[in-house]
Formats: sequence, C-alpha cells, structure tokens
Amino acid sequence: MEKKAALYICTGCGIGDALDIDSLKELATDDLGVPICKDHPFLCGAEGVDLIKKDIQDEGVNTIIIAGCSGRVNYDVFNFGPDKIVERINLREQVAWCQPPKEEDTQMLAEDYLRMGCSKANDTEPLEPYIAEEEYSKDILIVGGGVAGMTAALEIAKAGRKAILVEKEDKLGGFLGKMKKLITMPYKDLSDTGAEDLIKEVNENDNIKVYTSATVAKISGSPGLFTAEISADGNSVQERVGSVIQATGWTPYDASKLNLGYGKIKDVITNVEMEEMAAKGKITRPSDGKEVKNVLFVQCAGSRDPEHLPYCSSYCCLASLKQAAYVKEQNPEAVNYIVYKDMRTVGQAEDFYRKAQEDGDVFIRGSIVNINENGGKLSVETDDELLGERVNIEEIDLVVLAVGMVPTSQPDQIPRIQAPEGTEGADEEGMIEVMPDSGFFAKSALNLEYRQGPELPTLKYGFPDSHFICFPYETRRTGIYTAGCVRRPMEVVKAKEDAAGAAMKAIQCCEASSQGVALHPRAGDISYPEFNMQRCTQCKRCTEECPFGAINEDEKGNPLPNPTRCRRCGVCMGACPERIISFKNYSVGMIGNMIKAIEVPEEDEEKPRVIAFVCENDAYPAIDMAAIKRMQWSPYVRFIPVRCLGSINLVWVADAMSKGIDGLLFLGCRHGDDYQCHFIKGSELAETRLGKVSETLDRLALEAERVKFLEIGITDYNRIPTIINEFMETIDELGPNPYKGW
Amino acid sequence: MAEVEATNQTLLVVGGGMSGITAALEAAEAGYDVILIEKNPYLGGRVTQLYQYFPKLCPPNCGLEINFRRMKLNPRIRFFTLAEVEKISGEEGNYNVTVKLNPRFITEKCTCCGKCSDVCDTEIDNPFNFGMDKIKAVYLPHEFAFPMRYVMDPSIVGTDEAKKCKDACKYDAIDLDMKATTFDLNVGAIVWACGWTPYDASKIEYYGFGRYKNVITNMMMERLASPNGPTAGKILRPSDGKEVKNVAFIQCAGSRDQNYLPYCSGVCCLASMKQSTYLRDQYPDCNITIFFIDIRALDRLEDFYTKVKEDEKVTFIKSKIASITEDEATGDLLLEGENTNTGERIQMTFDMVVLATGMVPNSLDLESAPSVSKDEYGFMTLDPNNTGIYGAGCVKRPTDVASSVQDATGAALRAIQSVTRR
Repeated sequence: MEKKAALYICTGCGIGDALDIDSLKELATDDLGVPICKDHPFLCGAEGVDLIKKDIQDEGVNTIIIAGCSGRVNYDVFNFGPDKIVERINLREQVAWCQPPKEEDTQMLAEDYLRMGCSKANDTEPLEPYIAEEEYSKDILIVGGGVAGMTAALEIAKAGRKAILVEKEDKLGGFLGKMKKLITMPYKDLSDTGAEDLIKEVNENDNIKVYTSATVAKISGSPGLFTAEISADGNSVQERVGSVIQATGWTPYDASKLNLGYGKIKDVITNVEMEEMAAKGKITRPSDGKEVKNVLFVQCAGSRDPEHLPYCSSYCCLASLKQAAYVKEQNPEAVNYIVYKDMRTVGQAEDFYRKAQEDGDVFIRGSIVNINENGGKLSVETDDELLGERVNIEEIDLVVLAVGMVPTSQPDQIPRIQAPEGTEGADEEGMIEVMPDSGFFAKSALNLEYRQGPELPTLKYGFPDSHFICFPYETRRTGIYTAGCVRRPMEVVKAKEDAAGAAMKAIQCCEASSQGVALHPRAGDISYPEFNMQRCTQCKRCTEECPFGAINEDEKGNPLPNPTRCRRCGVCMGACPERIISFKNYSVGMIGNMIKAIEVPEEDEEKPRVIAFVCENDAYPAIDMAAIKRMQWSPYVRFIPVRCLGSINLVWVADAMSKGIDGLLFLGCRHGDDYQCHFIKGSELAETRLGKVSETLDRLALEAERVKFLEIGITDYNRIPTIINEFMETIDELGPNPYKGW
Repeated sequence: MAEVEATNQTLLVVGGGMSGITAALEAAEAGYDVILIEKNPYLGGRVTQLYQYFPKLCPPNCGLEINFRRMKLNPRIRFFTLAEVEKISGEEGNYNVTVKLNPRFITEKCTCCGKCSDVCDTEIDNPFNFGMDKIKAVYLPHEFAFPMRYVMDPSIVGTDEAKKCKDACKYDAIDLDMKATTFDLNVGAIVWACGWTPYDASKIEYYGFGRYKNVITNMMMERLASPNGPTAGKILRPSDGKEVKNVAFIQCAGSRDQNYLPYCSGVCCLASMKQSTYLRDQYPDCNITIFFIDIRALDRLEDFYTKVKEDEKVTFIKSKIASITEDEATGDLLLEGENTNTGERIQMTFDMVVLATGMVPNSLDLESAPSVSKDEYGFMTLDPNNTGIYGAGCVKRPTDVASSVQDATGAALRAIQSVTRR
C-alpha cells in the first residue's frame, strides 16, 4: 500500500496553551515531510473527526497520525476502519498535563514525540490476519471422562458443536461414578450423584464422540489445526480438532505416607475408600466385616501440612460431613467424631455443617496424636484445642482419613538446578528444586509435539495453570485449557461449572484461530510475527524463550512458527540477536528508528536525554494516571510503550547509547512467584537480558547505572515522579554520555 | 434515544463488574453480539474499589485494563453505563427488555479536561469512597474510570452552580436538559451479573458500626488503603486521622449467624489477611488481631494464610467477639468476648476495628420479570428446567474474583446455548 500520511494536532485540553503549535506544524511539514498537517481545537468532536474523514476521502489519506490525547481514550472516535493506519501521539497526558506550559523543554519533548510518532507511522504496514492453507477444525478434544470432562463435552454439544471425549478407563464417570451420594446446592440434604444420567446423556449425544480405554498418543499442530492421535483399544485413530480441554482430574494423596496407621491398621481407611464402600452397600469394618457404629473422621489428613500437601483440597470437609450422614443413615445410634483444624464449608454449604451439628456429630478442633488398635476397636488420642487437653476417644470402629487431591498433572520429579552458594534450602550438593518451566515434567496426558515439552507446564504443587486471578483459565499453552480438579481442587458442583467455562474458552479459541485473531491477553490483535529465515543462525533463543511454547524447531534448529499458538507478546522478537522476527506494526527496526528520531542536544546544552521503555498495559496507564493527577517530572524522559518488556531487544540499548542517550529506564510488571506479567515471563526475561547488557556498556565504556529495570504496577502512579526524578539524579551524577554528537 | 439494534441472537449482560465484563467479553470473542448494561457511571464494579487482590497482592486495575482493551477492540460489544433494567418479558430465545438510561448530564463531547470540576464549588459525599470524603458535584468517578467521562450529580442540576460548570466547558459537553430515557431490547438470553452489596453492618448493633467512627467495614478498609481513596492510600483512623497502631479484625461479622447472614461469604478471611498486609506495609510496628471462628482459606489460598501467620505482628484468636464499646474521649474501642480456645475472657482495646462483613446477592428481583430460581438466601441457582436467564458470579454464591470469572465464563456459554436452541 502506498502510504499517504496526515498529522492532526489537537490543541484542546490545554495542549494549545502548553505548546507552540505552529512550530510543531513546521517541524512536521518541513523536517518530517508529512504532506498534510492540520490542527484543530477539538479534534475528538464531530467537526474534528469530519476534518480527518474528509482528508481520507478527498486526499486519499490512509495513515493518520493524531497528536492529542493518550491512545487509551477516544479509541472509538479515532477508528477509521481496519485498512487505515492510526498512530496516536500522546501530547496531552504525557506532555501538556505533566510539564510546565510554554517552556523550551516542554516544546522539545513534544517535538521528539512528533518525530518518534511519525517515524513509527512510517514503519507501520497494514495488517492482514494469518490464515492457514489447511482447513480449520472447530471440534474440541476433551481428555478425561470424569464429571468435568463429561460436562464440558455436553456443554459444547449443547452449543451446537462437536466434542471428542477420551477416557482411559473402560467406562466414563471418573470419581463421580464411584460415589454413593452428592452434597450439592442448596446443601440441605444428600442427593443422587446423577452419574448414570450424565454418562447416558453423553453416550447418546450425536455431537459427542466417546473413546473409552483410550489415551492420547500425540497432539501435533496448533489451535484450529491440531491433529490428535488417539490410541483406543489398541487401535490408533486420528482426529482433527481446534482446541483441547484437559480434564484428567486428581488422585487421592497417598495415605501410607502419613503417620496415621493407614496400611498398618485395617480399620483405618481413606475417604475415597469410604465412598466406594458406601456406594457398594453397607459400611463395615475391613478387619471383620462388621457394621460400623462409631466412626472418626480425620480432616486435613496430610493436607495443610508442609510435609505432605501444603494446600487445602477444599472438598474434604463437605465429603466427611456427607459420609458422616451415611453412617447415621445406616445406624441412627452411630456416633461420628470429626477432628478438624478449621471447618471449611464455604458459602451456602454452611447449612450442611449446621445440620451435622444439629444431628449430633461430634466436632473436635484439634490434631491427632495417635491411633491405636486394641481388642478389635480403635482408640484415637487427640489434642483437643478447645478443651486445651489431650483426650482419648475409644470404641472407634472405623477411622476415615480425609485425604486431599493431587492433580494428575503433578510431575513425578521436580527439576533441580545448581544453586548459587549459600542459597537457603539447597541440599548438600548445592542443588535446589525449581519450578518446572517447561512441559517436560508433568505426567503424561496430552503428548504434545511441542519444542518445549509434551505437557502443560505446571506451577506450584503441579497444577498446570498460570495463577492469574482475572483470567483463571489461562494456561501456558494456547488453545489448551484445563477444567476440574486438575486445575484446582474443587467439589463436584464447581467442577461442573468449571467445565462450562473451559468449554466456552475452547469454543472461543476455535473461532478466533480460524479468523487469524489473537487470544488473550491481546485478544482481537491480527498482527503476528514473521521470520526472515535467511538470516537465522539457529541460536534457538526464540524457540526456548517463547512463554507459550509457540515455536517448534526443525532438526537443524530452525524455528518453525505456529501463528495460532502465538499470543503476540514479541518475546521472540526481543530474544533474536539477528533481529529477524518482526510484526507489521511492531519490530526491532521500528523501535530502533524511533530511538534514532529523538534529537539529542549537544553536551554543553546540559539537557540530558533518557528513554523509558514501558509495558503498555501497566506502566503506560500508570504514567497517564500520574498526568491526570497533574503530577510533574523531568522533561528529559521519552516514553516508548512496548507490548511487553519481554519484547525489548538489547540492540535498542546499543542504538540508544551510541546515539548519546544518557540513560535507559525499563518499567515492567512484577515477576517472581506472584508474577503479574500477563505474558508470564516477559518482565523476568527482560531483567535477565538486561543483566547481560553490561557487555554492551563495557564495550562502549559506559557505566552500568545508566540502565535500570524497575517493577511498577498500574496503581503505582504516585511513584512515577520519584522514580523518574531519582533516575535523573543518577544520570546527573554520571554526567553526559560521551557519544553525544557522534 | 434511538432504537438499539438487537435480535433474538443477541445476549444481554446486566452488570458491568468483573463477572459481567467477563461474560460479555467471552461471548463476544466467540462471535456473539452482546449488550452490556451497568448502573454506575463506569464499568468495573466492586473490584474497582479494591486496593489489591489476594493472594498475589496485585492491583485490580491491571486486569481491568486488559479487559477494557478487549472491549475497545471488539465491535460486538455495546455497553451502556447509568443504565438499569426496568422490565423483562418473554421467554428463552425471545426476551423483551426495557432499559432505563439515567442522565449523566455530560455528553460524549467530554474530553476529560476537568475544567467543569475546577469551577464547581458544591461538594457531595463521594459514593466511591463510601462517603468517607467529599467530591465535586461534577466529577470523574475515579481516574481509571471507563468510559473516561465526567458525570454530574443530579442534586446540582437546575442550580446556578450547574450553569457555571456548563459555561466553563469549552467543548459544550454539558447538557443540563438531559432526561432519563428508556429503550427496549429484543434479546435471546440474559446473564444477570449484578454482584453483591456489603451486608449492612449497622444491623449488628453490638458492634456499633455507624455509632463509633473507628469501627469500619472491610470495604471501607479497601478505600482507605487505595492510592485513590479518601486518604490517598494512607490508612488513618476516621475519628481523628491518626496513624493506627493496634487494629482488630472481626471475622464473620454477621456471617454464619442465623440472626443475620446464615451463610459464609467465603472471601472475608482472606480479605482480612490481605488487609493485614496493607497495615503491615505501612506500619512496621502495628499490631493486628484477627478474631475468627474458622479460617477459611480454600485450596492454594492456604499458602497466603501460611504466609500471614508467619508475621509475628499478626495474632489469630478464635473467638466470636460479643461487644464493642467506645471510649468517647479517645475514640478507642474495647472488645469483649471469650477466647474459645482458652476459655479466658477477652477485654482488649484497639484504635480501629474492621468488621469483615459478608456479601448480599443482587439477584434478579424485578416486579415485572419472568421468575428465576433462587435459594432461600436469594442466590440465583442454575435450574435445568428454567433456562434463558442465568446468574453469574456473586449472585450465585459468595465468591472471590477468580471464581466469579470462572463462573461468568460458564454463564456466557449457557447464554450462547440458549440462542443456539432457537
């Protein structure tokens, strides 16, 4: 497309009062060569927008550069259709509202933003979505035929789409199929599990294809274009699917690891065994087959225990109350003892706890000291917190250990690395466990043909999600979602709801992928990275660093991109030392040219220049907010928003430093265990890369303090002036960059 | 108001909080047309008032920023603020909904320059901060407000003050003649995501909320800790603006109590622990006591409990506090009750008390609407025999943000199923 650019400067909202608009226009037309340049006192008003529209129509303008308010606002007003390039230059928030009016430095700041914005617009190409040549599939593969998997399949079918359900057992049902009763909304009484009806409904639904005694041997491809190889009864079948739901559930924590008599005393059983026994008929003692009378439930058996499962499985309190009701139903004279730490019957489930108390179940807040067997009966020694003494509960027929849920994804082995000397928690050899950062560790379920491993990467305790509060369905593999207890421990009713949500995400993935549109968090983005393979040196950094495992590798180490797996963060672009990865509207060269567009004053003018690369989702809005509050800071800083700090390429440091820029700030999201980066590893990668920047700085004989990385959240706007001004003090102390004027 | 185009394939989402936004976006990104309506002048709902989320202690505006961006990019979503549902008739696949649009008195021309607010002298209680401070009668609800547009309080409309504001606007964005209007929508399915209201703490008389200034609720604490709150993020006690040194949290204030809210709201334990970290960040010497019945930190949120327990300045006492009395001279508060563990009588004095109050669902409750299934506490339930209108988030069960989002994602699919069936 032949570009015809026009620059529109809005003089409203104080911009006209703060800046010399005529000289800005002169700069644009004379120095920057923008063919059309106009100003308007109220550009976002109907008249202003008409002015632009008229130029589009009459003058053939297709590249619209708007110098006015932040791009965060008036996005709808300045949308002229997908075939037009729109570049927003933030003269309002980031110049007029945060700098004193009519000052030379304020004017210079605006001029630089104009240069940078025009350069960017010049380097931006119109977008076309990626559409593969192969046909897209909108069917959804579900791995695991328990309550979550079956529900997901039905929800998909009810939305008029097709589901393929793979279950490793010879019949559907999972744990639900082994239960006697359910306690669920409205938590008043026990109800039927509904398992048989659910299985029947799934089996009879024309939109659901069920494979039992089956496993997934391999999944290759990418969202919209997956091929799944299913081994069913010894045969191999291929299915093309658009997205995948992993609903492989949980396994009970191994009670024999606990010091509670399990495996030694026959009448100590787990809650899962109790459920199966109750479902089959009478609740009896395994030792002698006699019906039980007094039953003691041990809550948090291994749970909330740093030695075993540090987390709470959230279903066990209700499960024990339910099983206590079975005991009472079988023998109204029976006594249930429930030894607990905290009863966790959340929400309306409190009603069932209240009922159990009314029914005479005995609740003991405390911990188990000992379980002994004598004369065929059990006695349980307990530290009763409320009585403040040790009590011995005798004549117990059966002890039920309420064990927690272990996600089926939990890795058999946690990766270990050599830790720096003196690291806390390191073993004798100096090794320390680290979070599995790839898909090589989780137990086999999906067998993805991915460069970064065959399974979903797991986080703490082996759950394969991304720990986002606002986006709980996010995993680290695009188009693959988790549902039910593999995602987090939950009761049946929640697993059903969870499955419906995962089904929604899976359907959405099929739609977006087939249209070449990005999924979360850049939902709707149609740009995608393109690789200039001629210059690739097979260094593998892009394939290793992609937070979503989007890029495969051929046997020579060449990257094989999968655009529908891509989240468009640009981490690969930042990683590439050869700068071969570019988006049509975001590239190493484009940002490099923006850096080069900044005018660096001579040393003796004593006007230092600093560039701040800022995360566009958090740091950039924080700067806008600071400006809305009319806070002020040094006029020597130029902000460049980036998709994610993970997309910063070290060549920018060299570009900036060799040009005489005095310092660089990198403002990104918090990383570590509670990371906030929505591309998971972006800000962490940025900091790692910047750790290596000293080589570049050494080569240029520049001080390391000139480059600084800072974590900043969207609500940290009060800190913006301090952060900037403190950095400017450092720069003042270091003195000017000697490369000025080169 | 011109007719809003919608068909029986359109989904209506009522409530623009985290659940409603999620339901709307998830459906729209799967290719369905969605209309989202919100009664406040901004989207974001309850979470916009929170300082941080547990357990990551991250700002809610971060996720909202992403969601608003998704919304800006998606032409399938149309949203209306200051809008309320008045009436619903019809059935699954074909509802007729009457929506009332309350006047904002500020038009789309508003550029957010703030000149109207600069000249306005009248102040009103700031609803965003639960009345803990004042705000100009023409105001931006908060700096992250989306859409970013001012709003005028109806109380000054018709006064000279309003005219003064209008005259100050260079962009002719103030329309003092704006009236409430209504419009009708034809939609195929409805997601009801109107969230919750904090339980009215003044009903628990023995805690003195409303009478004692230094007894506050957990939601008020969020505002006190927020950088855009009444104290610019510095937690100061309301009676005299003093720094706090000794703060109590009373869990289950009204909750799990058949006289008030019989159910457990599920989030208050974690919220109080989170708020204890706010205090600890600001006041290294502040002592915190959390009075609880059971600490309910489900699943991996247990880690957060473990972390807070390690702080020696935070003490957990199992007790249901029986009464609070105020020392009128100092504003300090005497808490009395029994330590359930030791049986000892508690008599402890604090300079501020935070009541962890629960959630009351804002379920569909219109005179003129099809009947929906609810439980005895008014939470909307999923009934396979009564489909077409679906609850999402805290109207279904009291729950945290992540679970609300999860629930709303599922509700979006159920709404899609309703229009698919037609």
